[in-house]
Amino acid sequence: MAKKKTIRTIPQERTPMLEQAAAARAKNFQEVACGYRLEDALREAERCLLCPDRPCVAGCPVGIDIPGFIEKIGRKDLRAAYDTLTDTNLLPAVCGRVCPQENQCEGVCTVGESLESVAIGRLERFVGDTAIKEGWANIPYIEPNRYRVGIVGSGPAGMACAADMAKAGCDVTVYEAFHVPGGVLRYGIPDFRLPNEVIDAEIENLKKLGVKFECNTLVGRLFTIEQMIGEMGCDAVFVGVGAGYPTGLGIPGDSLNGVLSANELLTRCNLMRAKEFPNFDTPVPLGRRVAVVGAGNTAMDAMRVCLRLGAEKVYCIYRRSRKEAPARLEEVHHAEEEGIEFNWLTNPVAVLDDGSGGVRGLRCVRMVLGEPDDSGRRRPVPIGGSEFDFECDVVVYAIGTNANPIMGQTSRLRLNKWGYIDTDDDLATSVAGVFAGGDIVTGAATVIEAMGAGRKAARSMKVYLGLRDPCLPYRVDADAGDRPFGIDRRERNFVRVRMAET
Amino acid sequence: MSNFEIVTREDFSEVTYLLEVRHPLMARAARPGQFVIVMLHEAGERIPLTIADFDREAGTITLVVQAVGKTTREMQQACRRGTHLHALVGPMGVPSTTTHAKKVVCVGGGLGVAPIYPQARALKESDAYVIGVIGFRNKDLVFWEEKFKAICDELIICTDDGSAGIKGLVTEGIKQAVARHSDIDEVIAIGPPIMMKGCADTTRPFGIRTMVSLNPLMVDGTGMCGGCRVKIGEEVKFACVDGPDFDGHKVDFDDLMRRLKRFTKEERMALEHWEKGCRLQQQIDATAASPGGGSE
Repeated sequence: MAKKKTIRTIPQERTPMLEQAAAARAKNFQEVACGYRLEDALREAERCLLCPDRPCVAGCPVGIDIPGFIEKIGRKDLRAAYDTLTDTNLLPAVCGRVCPQENQCEGVCTVGESLESVAIGRLERFVGDTAIKEGWANIPYIEPNRYRVGIVGSGPAGMACAADMAKAGCDVTVYEAFHVPGGVLRYGIPDFRLPNEVIDAEIENLKKLGVKFECNTLVGRLFTIEQMIGEMGCDAVFVGVGAGYPTGLGIPGDSLNGVLSANELLTRCNLMRAKEFPNFDTPVPLGRRVAVVGAGNTAMDAMRVCLRLGAEKVYCIYRRSRKEAPARLEEVHHAEEEGIEFNWLTNPVAVLDDGSGGVRGLRCVRMVLGEPDDSGRRRPVPIGGSEFDFECDVVVYAIGTNANPIMGQTSRLRLNKWGYIDTDDDLATSVAGVFAGGDIVTGAATVIEAMGAGRKAARSMKVYLGLRDPCLPYRVDADAGDRPFGIDRRERNFVRVRMAET
Repeated sequence: MSNFEIVTREDFSEVTYLLEVRHPLMARAARPGQFVIVMLHEAGERIPLTIADFDREAGTITLVVQAVGKTTREMQQACRRGTHLHALVGPMGVPSTTTHAKKVVCVGGGLGVAPIYPQARALKESDAYVIGVIGFRNKDLVFWEEKFKAICDELIICTDDGSAGIKGLVTEGIKQAVARHSDIDEVIAIGPPIMMKGCADTTRPFGIRTMVSLNPLMVDGTGMCGGCRVKIGEEVKFACVDGPDFDGHKVDFDDLMRRLKRFTKEERMALEHWEKGCRLQQQIDATAASPGGGSE
């Protein structure tokens, strides 16, 4: 490079991303953020100092070589940027959209100390989208081994684990209970945040690696984990079934018609395409005024879906303040722009009956923040006598999920006291050969954390099976120690040469 | 993996039909009391149906369906021998607990007649004394009488108009059974919610354990959406993963029946939309078939 970049020479402002105008997008299901164009990406790549500390890499749950891929964007070598990304991340187009970057890579970015941090997520998405458009797929040379691996759940954890095991040469089958694969990416995250085509493309890439998908398969009930290990001949099994047993409100009136979980609303709308009812058979409760309880990403998705379904007014009810809201900043910001009315420091105390089994309104109480609780956040305390009613006809609750009980009911896997699967640090469960990761181990978290867990489990599974690991080239530096089954760069090149010869 | 081929179709009446679907793995895994979720086609909805029977040797499961709504009517039209379902997942739910009951009344009404059968058979196989009580509107709607006779020590058929068996609801049958036997350990009832409520009310004074199989609306059937939540005593349970069997004396049937009406308006809309499409198709077919109607 001719001249060293400094914080003064780089573009000072973060490059904006084209978005649909709030008024227009609140009426359609098209993607809100349209993504960077090449010139946007080049400008934003210029903002990365390529600093030697690379705090962003440590901030990424899967350890993407972030400066590496950004530097390649800067050289307009998008294919190389894609190669770098896919060394560690299977789903760049997904993660660029749904990762909470402000708490991860972007939160620790060096540029961010004095200016707005580099828009790493947007750049990642740009590369991922380009790859989908160009039809790029990185299929490494795979030498089949004799091991068979079963993956339970086709969500982000399962997909990440499947990719790594397939690259290691295993015969991988992913089992999914729904009729289409993708898990939460499919049923949970709406089209305007993550279009179906992106998920399809990522799943196609997995199929190209040789991963097989079996839908309509409820593991535990159709066959058990023990049967997979035993009669079905799986040498290792990964359980990534997610959490998703929605927590109810537990207040009077919470079983009225018109009260539903965000999971139900989103599944009806995203997976079953209720927005196209009656051309698609699944209906969704349409509200004129909708109250959504909770302020996480799922709550934001639910509110914005309701707007798009035609609700006149959508309220967010959250017992803490905006600062404590667990949703990504960008999602809260988008929701505000689209006209969601936020009621911070408000807690529902009763759903009001309209006399015919439906919802007339919601009774709430104002809250004030008190002393910090176990989570370190200030505990909300109700203000006496501050109850008030407001009108609404649909109430959606997005206040978290509990562990799904099916695995516990049907297998010998040891669970912890909350019903999640108990694993050791390497994500091995109490049953030999069975590993678990994602929400079913940690409780509700993010897509990228689930993918991180899937990859971590894959690493343990490879150790368990005694496989060398061609997809994780070991570095001859300090962290080589925890990757004993890696394979040297030269060796990797050597196998590529062999591929060319055959 | 199975492609969900329909191998047998049998019509019991204008509205009730039986489908036998090939799915060897499921036939092996299924236990009495479990259910499946079916999708007819890609744009269809996911509907829960109780497994009425399973044949491990033939590798099939049996569903008995009542054509009451849009999807079940469309299935009645579309599902023929040799056709395929778009999706079929299961067996779902906790299997019915095999009790050590010595004397059991198995009650099936309407839609519940079919799924009570494998339960009665399993009980008979475990050497219980089985009293079957099955209810229909009238004589013409009666099915599986011989099948039940073969596995029941006593069989009481009830019809609303008395055209077959005794006149009255299945609760009449239960009363007769209770009057004849003082040592009934358990009553298992499957049918419309109002019927199961009646059964629970009938047995409550006698303190006879009464298990019912609940049929709320569902989407995924795997415990994820919470649409099927039911009130059991003071607790909220999900019928799909905590049930579908519950203690009938604890179930809040009024809550269940109210929640079943969640989408009444939309169901009617869907049905009308579909019927309109069918009529249009008929007109097109008629025009094409009439002389000079085709444009070849």
